[in-house]
Amino acid sequence: MATTTKEISIGDLGARSGEHETELQGETMSLNVGPSHPTTHGVLRLKMELDGDIVKTCDPVLGYLHRGDEKIAENMTYNQFVPYTDRLDYIAPLANNVAYAMAVEKLANLEVPERCQSIRVLCSELARISSHLLGVGVYGMDAGAWTVFMYTFTEREKLYTLFEELTGARFTTSYTRIGGVARDIPDGWLGRVLEFCKGVLPVLDQVDKLLTRNRIFMDRTVGIGAISKEDAIAYGLTGPNLRACGVDLDLRKDKPYLGYEKYDFEVPVGTTGDCYDRYLMRAEEIRQSVSIVRQCIDQFPEGSYYAEDAKKIFAPQKAKVLTSMEELIQNFMIVTEGPQIPAGEVYFEAENPKGALGFFIVSKGGGVPYRLKIRGPSFCNLSILDKLIPGHYLTDITVILGSLDFVMGECDR
Amino acid sequence: MAESEFAQLQERFDYLSERESADHLAVNCPADKLVELCTALRDELGYDLLLDVTAVDWDVQSPRFTGFYHLLSTTKHEYLRIVSDCTDDINPSLPTLSGVFAAANWHERETYDLMGIRYEGHPDLRRILMWDEYPYHPLRKDFPLAGIETPLPAADVAEATKAKVLPAPMMGGPFVSSADGPMSQTEPSALDESWTEQKEKPVPSASPDGGKKN
Repeated sequence: MATTTKEISIGDLGARSGEHETELQGETMSLNVGPSHPTTHGVLRLKMELDGDIVKTCDPVLGYLHRGDEKIAENMTYNQFVPYTDRLDYIAPLANNVAYAMAVEKLANLEVPERCQSIRVLCSELARISSHLLGVGVYGMDAGAWTVFMYTFTEREKLYTLFEELTGARFTTSYTRIGGVARDIPDGWLGRVLEFCKGVLPVLDQVDKLLTRNRIFMDRTVGIGAISKEDAIAYGLTGPNLRACGVDLDLRKDKPYLGYEKYDFEVPVGTTGDCYDRYLMRAEEIRQSVSIVRQCIDQFPEGSYYAEDAKKIFAPQKAKVLTSMEELIQNFMIVTEGPQIPAGEVYFEAENPKGALGFFIVSKGGGVPYRLKIRGPSFCNLSILDKLIPGHYLTDITVILGSLDFVMGECDR
Repeated sequence: MAESEFAQLQERFDYLSERESADHLAVNCPADKLVELCTALRDELGYDLLLDVTAVDWDVQSPRFTGFYHLLSTTKHEYLRIVSDCTDDINPSLPTLSGVFAAANWHERETYDLMGIRYEGHPDLRRILMWDEYPYHPLRKDFPLAGIETPLPAADVAEATKAKVLPAPMMGGPFVSSADGPMSQTEPSALDESWTEQKEKPVPSASPDGGKKN
């Protein structure tokens, strides 16, 4: 049998791989992620140009969940819009309800009683816990740590039960009214909130053990998606995403509303602004929120849960409507014409789980806003994507998106 | 307190005038001074966080469109509202702030999309929430709440399914009261009667304008 030999020259391996690289350069691949993709936590679409594994350009496409909330608001009374605010950041509807009611009350120059304020603080903080539990859980899942999600979701389930007891709904709460809240807290509810607080802390410790010093999690997040302090401010980031970059701005501390100055809590501030810091912010904020909830319940004031003097804004009690003429008329006027809010321009924003949720209201008087603009924090937080993502590996996109913790309902409105 | 703050501002920028506001300091600024003012506010006075850019359509009034900007100082923790009228009612425009604040980029795209205000000098003035071919600016007051019949964004799907974007069946609703007039007239009535069971479907009332890029 004749044997033929063929000589193959492999040459210098290093030089060959170098050639290989120069060959590929200039050939980019376009990749479309979303609008329906688990990474995007909703309906965000990213149009990207890839060079191998590295993203060169990223163009976010929004609007798949645009419902025209601002247009709708111009065509209904102030109270009728409360259910629409549930659907902004639908992970924390109670916090949206509170922020919206406070914006309108600021325009009406209406001060709600202390008990109402405390109820609203509880609402905001429980909503923050709920949102951050999801944020941390899903983030862990995005980075490959499935277990965390199970732990945090078990706790969220307990929160939903509390919300249901308070508002009658688990998800879309619609709890606040202009000048108060829909109903007083149920008997024994505060005790059950305390019980939840007691239960959630060990879970946070477990999450901490699972994630914070986890080698894989740290490899995937430390140094990834770092945002500089200057960029964060220029792009209008707010909330935990801004604080992770080292900017100490928390509206609860710096522009106290709802009596937040009474509570003793700390605002975590990051250093590098990378994905890992953003996780640390949320994890710590849950603990701080638990502490605020406890302090709030400790000094829970007696009194009314709505502004009793605001006869043209808050509808009277049902029992009185059925028996007294004056209250019947008052109720009729508020239901048909809406709460009577004076003319003016007002901007109010509250420190929501995702960032500063702002409402800009232009009123010409009466029960309907002339213009209502919603400043969704997720919208601003996402606007940095086309600067942040290029230069990262494709696999990091999942982690970066997860760390920004956005909600498209609020982004697209 | 707000008055002295305004006096300080006016000393530095003499073209400003104070605007009535239900909360924090608000100033009127001529459109051509906007970029100059915001640069100075950012660099010298610490108003470094642009929170919000929006506009209001005053309907029959002139000037019809007014731009609103909300700034926050991350160091002093003070808000500031800057208000600027668009001089042209038909083709409203304002100078872009995207060179001063990166955040303005998306906000201005949104305001352009929904309100139809052109931001001169904007690097990428595309629609952001509606699709690119959409011909109207829905937040304008002459755009009906129900919407206007429009072709689908995807031409191939539209051809295969013969589907269109249809106005919502409002049936006379929503029923809201108006703010002014005697009590007998402030009773709730249908704001948008463009389509009821008795009436025919609406004809487009808002005219397609500069929706497409020039």
